[in-house]
Amino acid sequence: MLTKRIIACLDVRGGRVVKGIQFVDIIDAGDPAELAHRHAAAGADEIVLLDITATHEGRGTLLDTVKRTAASLFVPFTVGGGIRSAEDAAAVFDAGADKVSINSSAIARPELIGEIGGSFGAQAVIVAIDARRGTAGVEDAEVYVSGGRKPTGRKVVDWAREAEQRGAGEILLTSMDTDGMRNGFDCELTARVSEAVQIPVIASGGAGSAAHFAEVFGRGKADAALAASIFHFGVTDSRELKAELQQAGVSVRLPC
Amino acid sequence: MIAVIDYKAGNLTSVVKALTYLGAETQVTQDPKVVRSASKVVLPGVGHFQATQLLTDLGLTEAVRESVAKGTWFLGVCVGLQWLFEGSTEAPDVAGLGHFAGMCERFPASFEGSELKSPHVGWNSLEDVRQDSKLLRGVQVRGFVYYTHSWRAPVVNSTAAVTSYGGPFTGAVERDNVMGVQFHPEKSSSVGLQVLKNFVEL
Repeated sequence: MLTKRIIACLDVRGGRVVKGIQFVDIIDAGDPAELAHRHAAAGADEIVLLDITATHEGRGTLLDTVKRTAASLFVPFTVGGGIRSAEDAAAVFDAGADKVSINSSAIARPELIGEIGGSFGAQAVIVAIDARRGTAGVEDAEVYVSGGRKPTGRKVVDWAREAEQRGAGEILLTSMDTDGMRNGFDCELTARVSEAVQIPVIASGGAGSAAHFAEVFGRGKADAALAASIFHFGVTDSRELKAELQQAGVSVRLPC
Repeated sequence: MIAVIDYKAGNLTSVVKALTYLGAETQVTQDPKVVRSASKVVLPGVGHFQATQLLTDLGLTEAVRESVAKGTWFLGVCVGLQWLFEGSTEAPDVAGLGHFAGMCERFPASFEGSELKSPHVGWNSLEDVRQDSKLLRGVQVRGFVYYTHSWRAPVVNSTAAVTSYGGPFTGAVERDNVMGVQFHPEKSSSVGLQVLKNFVEL
C-alpha cells in the first residue's frame, strides 16, 4: 500500500538551517548535511532543502551545501530556491538533488516547468505555492512569491491546475497563515487543491503534533506532509511521529 | 566494472553515487564497446520512454542484447525496467528490448470507483517477493521502497516482486542474469541499498 509521506524540510540561509515564524523572525537550527542525515535515519521519507533567501537576494542556490548534503543521503532529496532556468536546475541535479522545487520563477515564467520536466522528467519538478487566504477565506486564497513577500493576484487553485497542465510532478502547498504556528495545517485549503489536481499534493505549514498530520492526510487529502521546526528542536522525530500516525490508522513507512 | 548507460534520460548522479558508496567501480558510458566488455550493466532512467530510442540509435540495444546473451548481469531501473519489456504506450513507436513479454501502460485515472492520483509517488511495499530472487535476497517481507512513475509493467512469470497501486504491477523482475526494478533502489534507504548490494556482489 502506498504510504503517506513525512517530509523533513531544511530552510537554509547562508549555509545554515534556520526556522522562521510566518516567514519572519529567523533563528538558527544547525548544519544542513547533519540534520538531513539525522532526519533520514529517524525515518523521514524525504528531505527538502530550501535556500530561502536565494530569490530575494538574487543569488544562486548553494550548490556546495547541496553536494555535501546529498553525498550519502539515500532517500529522495529536493532542492529549491533561486532556480530560474533549466540550467540552474541541471546544476542542482548534478550536485545530487533528485527533484527541484520552483516557486517565484515558475510564476514569472510558467514555461520553466515544462523545460525542466522535458530534460529531467515531470517527477523531478515540484511547483511550490505559498498561499495566503483572502477575506473570503479559502475561495480567494492568493499565491505569494519571493519568500512570501509579494502577492501575485493569482488564485491558488487556478495556479495549481496550470502547474499540473504544464507538467509539474507534485505541488508543495505552504499556508502562510498557518506556517510556524504549530496549530495545524490548513486542511480546507489543502483539500481544495488536492481535489483540483491529479498529481500528489504536499501540505506544509503549521505542523505541531501527530494529530495535525493525521488531519491533513484525512480531511486535508494530502499525499504527503512537510514539517521543519517540530523536528529540529527534538519535539518529535519521524520515528515517534510515524508510530503515533500508525496508531491513528494512517498508513506510513516505519523505519527499520 | 559496472557500465552505467547514459542515454540522456534524467539524472545518473544518484545511481552512480549509491553504487560507488557500496564499493563498486562504475563507468558512465554511451559506448557499445564498453557495454560489451563490462561484467555488469546498469540501465537507469527516469523520464520518458521515448528517450530509450537513443539506445538503438547508438547501437546500445544490440550491445545489451549480446551482453545479456553471454550472461552479463543486467539491472534496469525505472524506465530501465520498462525497456526490458516489449514497449510502452508512452511511446508506442519505440520498441523495448522485448526480453519480457507485455507492454507498459499508464496507471488508470480511477481504480475501484475512486480517483487514482498519478504519478505514483512515494514509498510502497514489495509483496509476493520470490524466494529464489538473487536481487531481492535479504529484503524484508513488505519492505518499503520509493517509487515515482506514471507507467508500469504488467505482472509476468518472471516478476520477482509485486507492488499494488491501482492494481498489481511488477515492482521487480528477474530471469537468470537479467533484472529490473521499477522503484528507485538508490533512493530507497536501507532496503534499496540491500538490493544494489546484492547486484554489486553477484
